[in-house]
Amino acid sequence: MESQLPAEFIVNVNHEKCRRCKRCVINCSFSAIEFKDKVTPNHRLCVACHRCATFCPESAITITENPLTYKYGYNWTPEIRKNILKQAESGGIILTGMGNPQPYPIYWDHMLIDACQVTNPSIDPLREPMELRTYLGAKPEALEFDGEHDNVSLRTELAPQVKLDIPVVFAAMSYGAISLNAHKALAMAARRMGTLMNTGEGGLHEDLADYTDRIIVQVASGRFGVTSKYLNNSALVEIKIGQGAKPGIGGHLPGEKVGEDISKTRMIPVGTDALSPAPHHDIYSIEDLSQLIYAIKEATDYKKPVSVKIAAVHNVAAIASGIVRSGADIVMIDGFRGGTGAAPMIIRDHVGVPIELALAAVDERLRQEGIRNRASILVGGSIRQSADVVKAIALGADACVIGTAALIAIGCRVCQKCYTGNCAWGIATQKPELVRRLNPEVAADHLCNLLTAWGHEIQEVLGSLGINAIESLRGSRERLRGVGLNQEALDILGIKHAGIGQ
Amino acid sequence: MKCEGLMNPSKKDGYHWVLQRIPSGCAISGIISEEGRRIDGRVIIKSIACMHDRSNGLGGGFAAYGIYPKRKDQYAFHMMFDNMEAKEATEEFFKDVFNVDKDEPIPIHRENGVSNPPILWRYFLEVPENKLEFLSERDYAMKIVMRINSEIEGAFVASSGKNMGAFKGVGYPEDIGKFYKLEDYSAYIWTAHGRFPTNTPGWWGGAHPFTLLDWSVVHNGEISSYGINKRYLEMFGYRLELRTDTEVIAYLFDLLVRKHKLPMDRAVMALASPFWKDIDRMEPGQKKIATAIRQVYGSTLLNGPFSIILGHSTGMIGLNDRIKLRPMTAARKDDMLYMASEESAIREIAPDLDEIWSPKAGTAVIGTLKAEVE
Repeated sequence: MESQLPAEFIVNVNHEKCRRCKRCVINCSFSAIEFKDKVTPNHRLCVACHRCATFCPESAITITENPLTYKYGYNWTPEIRKNILKQAESGGIILTGMGNPQPYPIYWDHMLIDACQVTNPSIDPLREPMELRTYLGAKPEALEFDGEHDNVSLRTELAPQVKLDIPVVFAAMSYGAISLNAHKALAMAARRMGTLMNTGEGGLHEDLADYTDRIIVQVASGRFGVTSKYLNNSALVEIKIGQGAKPGIGGHLPGEKVGEDISKTRMIPVGTDALSPAPHHDIYSIEDLSQLIYAIKEATDYKKPVSVKIAAVHNVAAIASGIVRSGADIVMIDGFRGGTGAAPMIIRDHVGVPIELALAAVDERLRQEGIRNRASILVGGSIRQSADVVKAIALGADACVIGTAALIAIGCRVCQKCYTGNCAWGIATQKPELVRRLNPEVAADHLCNLLTAWGHEIQEVLGSLGINAIESLRGSRERLRGVGLNQEALDILGIKHAGIGQ
Repeated sequence: MKCEGLMNPSKKDGYHWVLQRIPSGCAISGIISEEGRRIDGRVIIKSIACMHDRSNGLGGGFAAYGIYPKRKDQYAFHMMFDNMEAKEATEEFFKDVFNVDKDEPIPIHRENGVSNPPILWRYFLEVPENKLEFLSERDYAMKIVMRINSEIEGAFVASSGKNMGAFKGVGYPEDIGKFYKLEDYSAYIWTAHGRFPTNTPGWWGGAHPFTLLDWSVVHNGEISSYGINKRYLEMFGYRLELRTDTEVIAYLFDLLVRKHKLPMDRAVMALASPFWKDIDRMEPGQKKIATAIRQVYGSTLLNGPFSIILGHSTGMIGLNDRIKLRPMTAARKDDMLYMASEESAIREIAPDLDEIWSPKAGTAVIGTLKAEVE
């Protein structure tokens, strides 16, 4: 039966401008444009990825939303009606990609940053050092020294620390969810910028062996590609418990994406579905997690920090505290707006907690328990701009992770069709002819530019705050004020409302 | 917000914790005889008076070490009370937690441009041995200080160390000095402060020096990293009730030097860390230490413009922020070490000096008492 779903977008072709070069036809990976004597769109298939419009030499293509007007219903929105139609036709769970697009409050946009005037001078980052260097890893409560005066030496042995030149690392995105060229671009940029990329749960392709000191290797419930070599060739190891876009559920890489290379990297047969169970089947409680943490530490000779990544859920503060006490060196918290290659819409759009609140609650809880030094906090789940990074660090994060922002920098148009494998920009696809579209060198340049720009912006803010090291911002909630937030939100964030002085 | 009593308005506001922090510009001066010779208070008054224009009459104070040699093993609590009820409540409390050996009014001189002083009283106290089962004596005394400041309405501990005392109030420092008759005290360390609070009227408790046990801090500047310094200290059980930057400095020294037992120069390295670019060029041993200090004690870094003079029972330390946004000059003459916001304040009391220098940003000047003094 022909679908009754109306098209979401309309592809408008200006036939007067069109030279019939067919570049749009070649570029559209969703088969939304055919050539029948002239360029002929199949509107229904368009996802608004902008590939055709970007590459049309005559700028003859525009994409508009389908102006089809629905009878007004505040309750029965067009989206809800369309979803019902889809499910009535398919009987399936609605799949989607990227992060939660629903209009929940964005707390970042309700926080404002302080600045110096008169009594404490601001600092010019172009004249004075402005330090962003950050170390991830467990810190002891205190340092002990031997000897006296000029002969002092350090008695305390520190747990392994990973240096970041900028407190922004690339988020976990697996080879499988994204292409090898995207992985290469992230690895190259991470090395050049002195930060880290994260393999995600899909193992590490052998082409990236040279970058291992800049790579977080992930151990997820599917255990794909996990070997002793994999664990040891890394900057740090991350145990993935959950993901902000889909807390509490597993993952599924369809068999058609599992070609020769992915099969080798993930260590599964070609063409089989790569299924990540919802829980780790050897972790049913916190003491099991502790066992895995120490198994990994044993396997890496206690030379790698071990991170545990969880989705921000209601009880996140207590969970994070348990994770720190079970031996993790880093807690990575992924907010409910975090991205994904594929997730059921119901989970992505309705489960979890905003990262701003989760971060504030976790940092405060760890301080109350006197164990904040025992682990670094990484946060992600829609860090969109350097201002978000500054606010996250002021709330208490050690560093932020960016996934979607990094993908946008290399061409992603956030069309939310990652799960189809048809990414026209060569990012979320394994089709060789599409992967080829992404030039890793050019993409790496873009990623470096983005981080360089953010680094400068963060330095500007530090200077205006009158501080010259990022650790003086970290957890300094005194420098944030809320606008338009209720008292409960202010209390959770641990900040005062704008208008209240010191 | 207007504050008439000696207390920070925050404590009085009860349920609504509209806390106030008071940034200020200032003058500071300090002298130490490393041989432990005692000098009377007129010298330090002369020095701080020279920088009259750096304060605005809303706060001045002094710390003096070695002033109670006959009671050097007892905690000398200098107290400020808003009223008799506060005094009585505090004395009731003292009876429960200390052996009170002696109490007396702090001698004052009424005619020196100082108005509306609170009740000023001092107590010489011993900690009963049965209280020290689970706590060190100093931790015990510190808890008492924090309890009085946060729980007894209208009472404030101006100083709580042994063989030392703070003398402070609202007024120009030279007037405060005369008010407290500092010419009658002899000390081997003197520090002084003239205050220029920038946004609220001064209050007696908020004047410098800020003290905790035998730590005293006089401070010119503002700690822009106050927010995280405070939250870090709270993790270790400190209660920051006064919301002054200076309080943070005293507590950080207490934590790093007394509790964590860091050597003084390493503690200073945490509070005013070298830049990474300089650490990266250090020789391996030093680099390892400096890196570890920044990794572990990043939250103690004092950021923002400041010059401070820290007094303690065996020495005096001067410290500037990492890019020297506030002035500090140091000088030596024989066994004397001088530090002040301005060279003039040193020349005023010691015209003939062996050496005088402007300490580098982030580099501490450390004066240490050479011999045990009574």
